[in-house]
Amino acid sequence: MSGIVWALLGAALAAILAGCGSAYGVGVAGQAASGVVTEDPSKFGKVLIMQLLPGTQGIYGLLIAFIALSKIGLMGGGGAAEVSMASGLSIFAACLPIAIVGLISAMHQGRTSVAAIGIIAKKPDQFGKAMLFPAMVETYAILALLISFLAINAIPLTM
Amino acid sequence: MADTKYTYAVARIRALELALFSASSIEQLVACKDYKQCLQFLTEKGWGGADTPLDGDAILTRESQKTWEMIRELHVDMDAFDVLSYQKLFHNLKAAVKEICTSEVNAHIFFEDCEIGSKEMLRIISQRDYQALPVYMQEAAKEAYETLLRTRDGQLCDVIVDKAALEAISAAGKSSKVEIIKNYAESTVAIADIKIAYRCAKTGKSMDFMRRSLAKCGTLNLELLMKAATSGVDAVSDYLSQAGYQEAAEAMKESNSAFERWCDNKMVQTIQPQKYNPFTIGPLIAYVLARENEIKTVRIILTCKQNGLSDDSIRERVREMYV
Repeated sequence: MSGIVWALLGAALAAILAGCGSAYGVGVAGQAASGVVTEDPSKFGKVLIMQLLPGTQGIYGLLIAFIALSKIGLMGGGGAAEVSMASGLSIFAACLPIAIVGLISAMHQGRTSVAAIGIIAKKPDQFGKAMLFPAMVETYAILALLISFLAINAIPLTM
Repeated sequence: MADTKYTYAVARIRALELALFSASSIEQLVACKDYKQCLQFLTEKGWGGADTPLDGDAILTRESQKTWEMIRELHVDMDAFDVLSYQKLFHNLKAAVKEICTSEVNAHIFFEDCEIGSKEMLRIISQRDYQALPVYMQEAAKEAYETLLRTRDGQLCDVIVDKAALEAISAAGKSSKVEIIKNYAESTVAIADIKIAYRCAKTGKSMDFMRRSLAKCGTLNLELLMKAATSGVDAVSDYLSQAGYQEAAEAMKESNSAFERWCDNKMVQTIQPQKYNPFTIGPLIAYVLARENEIKTVRIILTCKQNGLSDDSIRERVREMYV
């Protein structure tokens, strides 16, 4: 297997795993949001924000996938670049932080959003505090994004 | 992550919990000057329905119906709620056995909002078609019917059916994987056992009678409880203090109504942790129990108002609220 395949696999994993995590998180938070809006449609705006919070990991995964594809020349129409096996594996490894942390953090953020939606259902005036709990989970997705981003940029195509 | 199938239902219940009566709403109801004003207060709060007459029983019945209509609307597994209706089912069994054996017709003593209503229960008992009953009721139905026919002892019939009800609840709790059902079953049986021991101690019932009445539960040692009950209320109170039911012991010493209030409050305390549980079926079951507690409290207040009891006497009987 040449290096480009490993790099492509890394990009795919970043998009797939982080995307799956976000799909779960947004889905489960959406169920809770629907439950609240069924009884009180006036809370739509607040619960929608809560539902969207776990969606960011999917975007981070997509961003890293774009950067990885761009790095190996599969975006921009210039044709695929020569990627050594070592570089391909390095790009694959660089994609893993956002892929794995994105998946897990989005799932947990979704569940925290569900709990926060429960706060909004009963005490809508506590929206700010309720939003902080799922937002805390975001920290670790951002850290993983940062590492993936810095690592991919630092990897030369031939090693 | 497999516990998320109730997420929608729990969130909806959270929104509905806002409409539950808090302690301050109950205080407002107690402060109403008479029964009529209480009914007015309830209708203003949305109790009853457009076609419900301005009558306490009608309003409370409608509220109970609304709770179950809401739960059914959530399309959740209704089997999990079965255990909540066991007491009603066994009550219907008791009523049917007595009606068939004594040929006395008593209207409005059956619960119709459970699996087997009055007509079907009367048919089963009159035709001795015990197989039509759930398995956990069959033996008790047969024994209660034959005992009442043979001995004409209504209390013995009650004891047989009540114990079977407690054992059925206990078995349902043990076989359930849902934490709140386990806790509900344990609390129901423990509260019933404590009530029985308290009453037996007051009326001087024999050890044999208590052995026939008490059902096994995890938090009480029945032998010690029975021994204490034969020695009197103080001994029961001492035993309960040691068994971790300090509040029950204190309520017992205070008054009958304080003790009855503790029994209901204990159930509310059992379901309280569900207020902070965003997943599982627990909050749904807690909501049903909270609504039952709320309706029972309102019923007590209305009855007190009808009988002209003072506000302080009513407050002594008011139960703790879930919210």
